[in-house]
Amino acid sequence: MTPTTTLEIPDGAQNPVEPFLRMDRMPHIWCPACGIGTTVNCFTRALLDSKVNLDKVAIVSGIGCTGRVAGYARLDSFHTTHGRAIPFATGLKLANPELQVVVYSGDGDLFAIGGNHFIHAARRNMDLKVICVNNMTYAMTGGQSAPTTPAQAISATSPYGVFEPTFNLVALAEAAGASYVARWTTYHVKQLSRSMEEVLKKTGFCFIEVLSPCPTLYQRRNKMGDGLDAMKYYKQASKIRNGAPTGECTLSKSGEIVVGKFVDRDRPDYLELLRAQMTESLGERYAEPEATCSC
Amino acid sequence: MHADPKGVLTGVHFLDGDHSCCEGALAAGARFAAGYPITPSTEVVERFASRIPTVGGIFIQMEDELAASIAIQGAVWAGAKAFTVTSGPGFSLMMEHIGLAAMTETPCVFVNVQRGGPSTGLPTLPGQADMMQARWGSHGDYGIIALCPNSPQECFDLTIQAFNLSEEFRVPVMMMMDECVGHMTEKVVIPEPDTIEITPRRYTKLPPEEYRPFEPREDLVPDMVRAGEGYRFHVTGLTHDERGYPDMGVAAQDRLVRRLLAKLKPLSNGRSLCETENLEDADVVVVSYGITSRVAQRAIQLARSRGIRAGKFRLITAWPFPTERIRELAGRVKAFVVPELNLGQMVLEVERAAAGQARVIPVSHAGGTVHNPDTILNAIVEAAR
Repeated sequence: MTPTTTLEIPDGAQNPVEPFLRMDRMPHIWCPACGIGTTVNCFTRALLDSKVNLDKVAIVSGIGCTGRVAGYARLDSFHTTHGRAIPFATGLKLANPELQVVVYSGDGDLFAIGGNHFIHAARRNMDLKVICVNNMTYAMTGGQSAPTTPAQAISATSPYGVFEPTFNLVALAEAAGASYVARWTTYHVKQLSRSMEEVLKKTGFCFIEVLSPCPTLYQRRNKMGDGLDAMKYYKQASKIRNGAPTGECTLSKSGEIVVGKFVDRDRPDYLELLRAQMTESLGERYAEPEATCSC
Repeated sequence: MHADPKGVLTGVHFLDGDHSCCEGALAAGARFAAGYPITPSTEVVERFASRIPTVGGIFIQMEDELAASIAIQGAVWAGAKAFTVTSGPGFSLMMEHIGLAAMTETPCVFVNVQRGGPSTGLPTLPGQADMMQARWGSHGDYGIIALCPNSPQECFDLTIQAFNLSEEFRVPVMMMMDECVGHMTEKVVIPEPDTIEITPRRYTKLPPEEYRPFEPREDLVPDMVRAGEGYRFHVTGLTHDERGYPDMGVAAQDRLVRRLLAKLKPLSNGRSLCETENLEDADVVVVSYGITSRVAQRAIQLARSRGIRAGKFRLITAWPFPTERIRELAGRVKAFVVPELNLGQMVLEVERAAAGQARVIPVSHAGGTVHNPDTILNAIVEAAR
């Protein structure tokens, strides 16, 4: 187990994670018992423990409840368009490879409207760290069906129950070529922090799915109780199976939740592949990319 | 400042407009391009893909135009000068990110080599029917700049201008080419780098604790920063205050959106680019742009040879539209003739500017080829009557 730093409360702060947050934007917009704040807490912990230079970390979000994370993180932060956080992050990373670029967004944003960008960034093994908070619904717009809303669930746009098959996000990520794939729930705060810390130290396309409660718009409609009930469900139904075949990790409305680190492999990332190809083809004529300029 | 010699292919070349546009981008300092193949624009990024690995920069072929049009914006916020290139359906897909660039004041260039539309339309044939889309295509109120070259040489020159204007005003700039200009091959002179003026990005000189990312200077344009330098700034497509933080208030919306338009004011008249001829004695002025301006040139010559006092007003800056210049002319000419490869777009602006002081005669064409000069001549003759 990785030793964790003791969190000290900075002078004038009430909470050890305050230095990582834009406190002048508090209170945040998330509902009581929403899990997004928990994931942010884990993320700040990972930033602290990984000792990365925070000036070199950029965070990019799409649209939705999780899309608001970028706005609360005291980092260079970009709140982009719906579904397009990954291609924005791609440009950011390629123009300045020194940056550690984290994409933090929701399941609807990353896998419905943004699904194509996700699979191509994974295929390219772009050095992006993608954190997907999966609350199984479009919460910001009022609880409509997402590609992750499980069968039988009721949503604002599936009033008689969802019948479409869902995406298994971790299997999709592995199949598309991700270097690192893990899934946790907001009950697994230690494990989630550790996974986040691991991806901050890894090169290549990394994906962490975090199952997170939405009591207001998903659970209420499905008579699944409150935030505490979600924690109890996560605790009781989760099974840690590191290395489990991702194809066996499909989620359902109330069934078993397989969590763990499923994939951790080393593949050359996009920039490494680019350099290798250009050097082979062009030899000394190849000039290292210097996209940023004084002009 | 002057152009970085690494990107400048000084010399006399025989280039088509697409390739020339690429050389303009390189000379302007663009070191990042993202694109998606689409006729008749692809040659721009094909050349960039071939040139950039020895200049030092990035080309990435994205999975679609939505991705290409936002990848460039990520690159800009990392500190690059960046552009994307498209046509027809691809331009439609980029609309959302033109709005994002306008809202976040991200300097970048969108090249649109126009083809016949709507929809898939005429992929290999010319059109000029995206002119209103360039101005109004994304939702909400915002301003952009659009330039219309009419030769491969101008594709080079105006692409540099496009980058310079995007930096000066922090807006997306459209290079509104057309298939004919893009695929026409002519002599292109690329000058020495030390004769090419480049507008550098204006980065803030303030320390992070004093810097407010969307606090405008006197010219209404804010200073920029780039990621990775400790500013910990926030950029959002939501309505935001000077700190860059979301603000859903009516006052913030009013202040921001009005400024996005007002900052372009200096360009709309005095500094708008145009080419004029024989306006002093003109009875009829032909207003045209892009490839159509070259056909119009012939029609104006024919009209003059018949003793008709015809003049030329070629729009180089299509947006912001030079309203006052057209209005001033309207007070002293009989009529405007407006040929364009669409069923009437910029002619609406000419009508608006003329405000009833002179007749405005459209010469519309649905696209696929250029006008016959006689068609324009007939309209001039009719207008002079």
